[in-house]
Amino acid sequence: MTSLLTQRDPAVLVLEDGRSFAGRAYGALGQTVGEAVFSTGMTGYQETLTDPSYHRQVVVMTAPHVGNTGWNAEDDESRRIWVAGYAVREAGLRPSNWRSRGSLEAQLLEQGIVGICDIDTRALTRHLRERGAMRVGIFSGPAGDARPEQLLERVHAAPQMAGADLAREVSTDTAYVVPAVGERRFVVAAVDLGIKGMTPALMAKEGIEVHVLPAGATVEDILAVGRSAGQEAPDGVFFSNGPGDPATADVSVLQAVLARRIPFFGICFGNQLLGRALGFGTYKLKYGHRGINQPVMDRTTGKVEVTAHNHGFAVDAPTKHDSQTPYGRVRVSHVCLNDDVVEGLECLDVPAFSVQYHPEAAAGPHDAAYLFHRFTDLMERHRVTGPQDLAPGRETPQLLTEEGHH
Amino acid sequence: MPKREDITSVLVIGSGPIVIGQACEFDYSGTQACRVLRDEGIRVILVNSNPATIMTDPEFADATYIEPITPEVVEAIIAKERPDAVLATLGGQTALNCAMALHERGVLEKYSCPLIGANVQAIQLGEDREKFKGVVQRCGAESARSLICHTMDECVAAAAELSYPVVVRPSFTMGGLGSGFAYDEADLRRIAGAGLQYSPVTEVLLEESIIGWKEYELEVMRDHADNVVVVCSIENVDPMGVHTGDSITVAPALTLTDREYQRLRDIGIAVIREVGVDTGGCNIQFAVNPRDGRVIVIEMNPRVSRSSALASKATGFPIAKIAAKMAIGYTLDEVPNDITKQTPASFEPTLDYVVVKVPRFAFEKFPAADPTLTTTMKSVGEAMSLGRNFTEALQKALRSMERKESTFHWSGADPQPQLAELLREIARPTDGRIVQVQQALRAGATVEQVHEATGIDPWFLDQIALINEVAEVVRSADRLRPDLLALAKRHGFSDRQLAQLRGMPEAVVRGVRHALGIRPVYKTVDTCAAEFAALTPYYYSTYDEESEVLPRERPAVIILGSGPNRIGQGVEFDYSCVHASFALREAGFDTVMVNCNPETVSTDYDTSSRLYFEPLTLEDVLEVVAAERAAGPIAGVIVQLGGQTPLGLAQALKDEGVPIVGTPPEAIHLAEDRGAFGRVLAEAGLPAPKHGTAYSVEDALAVARSIGYPVLVRPSYVLGGRGMEIVYDDETLATYVTRATIASPEHPILVDRFLDDAIEIDVDVLYDGQEMYLGGVMEHIEEAGIHSGDSACALPPATLGSAEIDRVRQSSLKLAQGIGVRGLMNVQFALAQDVLYVLEANPRASRTVPFVAKATGVPLSKAASRIMLGTSIAQLRAEGVLPPHGDGGTLPAHAPMSVKEAVLPFARFRTAEGQNVDALLGPEMKSTGEVMGIDVDFGRAFAKSQLAAYGGLPDSGTVFVSVANRDKRAMLFPVRGLVDLGFTILATAGTADVLRRNGIPVEVVRKITERAGEPSVAEDGRTIADRILDGEVAMVVNTPTGSNARADGYAIRAAAITADVTLITTVQELAAAVQGIASMRSAPLEVTSLQQHAIALDLYARHPSASVVAG
Repeated sequence: MTSLLTQRDPAVLVLEDGRSFAGRAYGALGQTVGEAVFSTGMTGYQETLTDPSYHRQVVVMTAPHVGNTGWNAEDDESRRIWVAGYAVREAGLRPSNWRSRGSLEAQLLEQGIVGICDIDTRALTRHLRERGAMRVGIFSGPAGDARPEQLLERVHAAPQMAGADLAREVSTDTAYVVPAVGERRFVVAAVDLGIKGMTPALMAKEGIEVHVLPAGATVEDILAVGRSAGQEAPDGVFFSNGPGDPATADVSVLQAVLARRIPFFGICFGNQLLGRALGFGTYKLKYGHRGINQPVMDRTTGKVEVTAHNHGFAVDAPTKHDSQTPYGRVRVSHVCLNDDVVEGLECLDVPAFSVQYHPEAAAGPHDAAYLFHRFTDLMERHRVTGPQDLAPGRETPQLLTEEGHH
Repeated sequence: MPKREDITSVLVIGSGPIVIGQACEFDYSGTQACRVLRDEGIRVILVNSNPATIMTDPEFADATYIEPITPEVVEAIIAKERPDAVLATLGGQTALNCAMALHERGVLEKYSCPLIGANVQAIQLGEDREKFKGVVQRCGAESARSLICHTMDECVAAAAELSYPVVVRPSFTMGGLGSGFAYDEADLRRIAGAGLQYSPVTEVLLEESIIGWKEYELEVMRDHADNVVVVCSIENVDPMGVHTGDSITVAPALTLTDREYQRLRDIGIAVIREVGVDTGGCNIQFAVNPRDGRVIVIEMNPRVSRSSALASKATGFPIAKIAAKMAIGYTLDEVPNDITKQTPASFEPTLDYVVVKVPRFAFEKFPAADPTLTTTMKSVGEAMSLGRNFTEALQKALRSMERKESTFHWSGADPQPQLAELLREIARPTDGRIVQVQQALRAGATVEQVHEATGIDPWFLDQIALINEVAEVVRSADRLRPDLLALAKRHGFSDRQLAQLRGMPEAVVRGVRHALGIRPVYKTVDTCAAEFAALTPYYYSTYDEESEVLPRERPAVIILGSGPNRIGQGVEFDYSCVHASFALREAGFDTVMVNCNPETVSTDYDTSSRLYFEPLTLEDVLEVVAAERAAGPIAGVIVQLGGQTPLGLAQALKDEGVPIVGTPPEAIHLAEDRGAFGRVLAEAGLPAPKHGTAYSVEDALAVARSIGYPVLVRPSYVLGGRGMEIVYDDETLATYVTRATIASPEHPILVDRFLDDAIEIDVDVLYDGQEMYLGGVMEHIEEAGIHSGDSACALPPATLGSAEIDRVRQSSLKLAQGIGVRGLMNVQFALAQDVLYVLEANPRASRTVPFVAKATGVPLSKAASRIMLGTSIAQLRAEGVLPPHGDGGTLPAHAPMSVKEAVLPFARFRTAEGQNVDALLGPEMKSTGEVMGIDVDFGRAFAKSQLAAYGGLPDSGTVFVSVANRDKRAMLFPVRGLVDLGFTILATAGTADVLRRNGIPVEVVRKITERAGEPSVAEDGRTIADRILDGEVAMVVNTPTGSNARADGYAIRAAAITADVTLITTVQELAAAVQGIASMRSAPLEVTSLQQHAIALDLYARHPSASVVAG
């Protein structure tokens, strides 16, 4: 019988404030540094690992057993694993699931992801909760044969997440089209700042032909999407999630979209960019929201949805009252009930809205999937009534109530 | 939206006695509901017939009715109290069925008190299988293909269409009662036949077999604003085919990807919406085909369930509490998460640990029962444990069973030669299969082979194989190296298991471990995987790096709970532990609860200052004590409230230097050790039945002849009357001793003179070293020889005079003094030929403490816990905890009569041939729960107890009487009473002769063993069993008659159980029943709350003109 007690090399996880955790190597041997963040989802590690928003982050899983269902052919959210490193308590023995095509660890090895297992991930999580997200290194094999001070130096040498411009590193190099499922009802230019595969897939299900554009897309590139469909402009513009500090991003393209009153929808990084385009600031959360159990209230309906989150930054906008911006009035449409962080923006005078969390889920609950419908509704109304005072949700209360049941 | 303003009073319906499938989880949920409602300023009216519950303590409701949960009685309560609404979703199937009956009778409408939580339509949609299939379909999900049947012919046709095997599920029964797998037509006729009888609507559902599929459960909550959250996912380790209550389960689900999990979540949410549960908790069960992921929705419960309690404890999200808030109008986002305080309840808990629940069975009590696990629930309790991985959680849960054979072991010969047999055995799910699985893997079976045989997911099997591998590494190492010890601990090995592997004493392993500093840490259950700070100290142990136990300042009292429910140790002990915790917190202590039973109030994180969800083994308790010692001062450990489990640890804890408060371990020994107890009795001059000790058949026969038959025999070391028998002759005695000696050669057999025709008396007393408070004197209705837990009893004693009570008091005091009790003591006496014999004394809280407390309105457990910490009875009287004068032995003449009746699980158990197991009482306890009837006189109280326990005594009809020779004289008077009340009497020849000679008209029926042609009045040749099954008999009186007539009696009793006819097996109970029937006739049934009884009784002298208030 083959042994289940895998022989593993020692590994060590070193935090920038000097605390370290001794464990054993998981995945590739070697060295990695990044920003330490914890994710509280109990399912969906494959989606998490392949989510480009985790680029340059070392993800600590709070769920104790990781790898149970192996790795399958369907659940990747992008072309590769993006996390900089992976910390778990219990590495899976062998996968057990009818869709599994191999083990998680084999994927980590194949993609050269350095990880660590057998550490007190709860202690590490509590540490990050109290001290905030910080840089971290994982060292194993020859890379780990150094004095603790040397390892700490290597962690300190790594770049900070604040100020990092990372979208271009994860974005697609070339534009591609995700065709609408069934009849094409809309054409949307989706700027890939680290887009997850489920996002265009769900848009396509709403009858949207999604033209995914690289991160550096210009206004001209966006308008060209519309022309390809025989229109002056696309029916809508979408900015995706993605890694990095929104303060580093150029929002002039988005401002041009707003000025042209092209319906806009943003998710996560896209939400932060909308905020900045409107003139709000963004800031780094102490330890971010990463999990699939976050309660968000949609203030347009008063309903609570359980949502998937993955963000370290947030928009700094007043939640108690509407704000005046160069693009008219703006309302905070969604808030996280745990900590009142802004989770969504709604422009009242231009057709634009965005959410900080992940209606595409993957991983996570489907409670917020109605937002894709809200986007098509916005585009529909914009097309029918022309570029007037259009805002998502506000004028269509009956419709929205029904949407809750989708 | 805030609280509804139109509801100012709510009737909460409880779940009644503890039965298999419905245990104290509903006390937990109901108690939470009552607390929430009262905190919201709502007047709470409660009905529950179970006196052993926390919820029926008068302080948890404004009006507490310990009355039968029948539509008539509940209507009377509604008429009297006029509540604005009825909450029935927290009292299990009993409450839900009662609510539906009230609806059907138009009671809810008549008194305009609608159901809150789930409405009538939602309950129907959720409970009616055919309607529920429509729900599932409308939600875009699948049900198993199935057909509804109302007759046997329909069943046979349906099974042919679905093809065997088929699952049989009776409608509207709880805990899967009556359901099972039919592999052929014979099975079908047997299972569906019984199922049609069990179903109150004579309906069963036959469906396609999904045996062997993966099984999951989701706990879902909804508020009236349609916010829905999934509180917990649960995965069954035992696949489909074993009732969820009998399966080992794990939370969260471990073998689903996010896509698959979200699919279940989407279906679950769609179903709760479609069913239309307005507010509250539901559980939904799914089967998932392991080959392709096809999902089938099995069922949903539109109410809080056993799994909800488990999910609440597993996650820290209090489902019942939140459900109660939702019911009165709050939304999830308006209610804070109790544990973080800062975040709302409108979220889904995430776990950074693994939870394993293991069921506990009681097949040893029913040797004739088929131990195969099926879709009918058979377990009597469960333990839960938490760990930072599955192996740790599983091994902790298995040792929480407190049974040696329940834990993984590596002893004995290499099991390799038995591999084929093991693989055959594990194909049949039974209690203990998990250990057989471990042995099969140890014997060299591959995970694939075991998966093939059991259907258990390979992921779980790998984990068990890993445990075996760790064991092998530990066993074969040259010495117990620190890294190996740490590895083993990480995978949940106990010191005892390591000791076994290394061939050294457990204490040595522990010593080595402590010397190496390998100690558990304690993590917090916080609902959020450490994302937010937890304010509630709810801990579990694990072998990891960082401990989260907070320092504290106040002295702490550690209370050891009672572990998983079992027959003989159930909710009654939890009641005492919870009371102690409340009382000591009030008195300025921090209380620390240690327990592993997820069903209980004691494991609610609200109950004590701190909760450690841990097994109750010496090792686990010592580690908790060490952790708490490091956290702050310790006043002591309480071992006498949680039953035999903590009591058994007392001496070992003391030996380790742990301070035990209350009765010291040496004193416990005086009561438990037969020789020592004999000396205590001798010194006190108290008589005990003659007895002797035997090591062989010859010894036993000699003892029996010298003290005289009948004798009570038992192994020297017993719990709950385990293995006890009453023996009337040499032959039976010889057989017993041979069997028992083989069972435990190291233990002798105890032989006691059995006191025939004795009145058994039970007392619970408090003793502080100076003064004794007699809590209450209970007179058993059955004579001595029936286990006290199974016999009905009356308080105040129905027939004892004050002189006898005074003797009981004097004897009890001498025992308390002689033993050195500090706190509670229970004594059992037998009064025979005017001699008061001491049968046994237990220096701990007994099963009857809650009953005595309810019957007299005095919080005995609270007082006991204070006495243990040094407060005197005099002080407690002065404080008002105990009455200023007198005690439970000096109740005033107008005190109400309370009757406790045991509830027995015979209907649950079948032999391998499908027959009912015999429904006989004896010295071995078999009941799972109890009810209480309280009223002005014995007859009325007894009638209520029967109504609560078994649906009531008959009002008219035919009574079949067949009694043993020794009972024939005693039967005459009550049988005449039945005739006077208008009943027709049927009897077998012998009994009929006696009746006729005494002028009592009787119809003779033939016995089952009588051949055709012998005297028989049944002209069609039917036996009495046939006539019982045909519904011609309203009550069966059958007292056991030694071994000859046993077969006959068995068939008659089995028929009575099957036909759900009132069955009386002792002549004393018959007399009580006649009194009960007569008093029911004399006046309509009335209801009175405990609070009203207390005012009328006025033991605390607070209501000067109270005695007229009763009624």
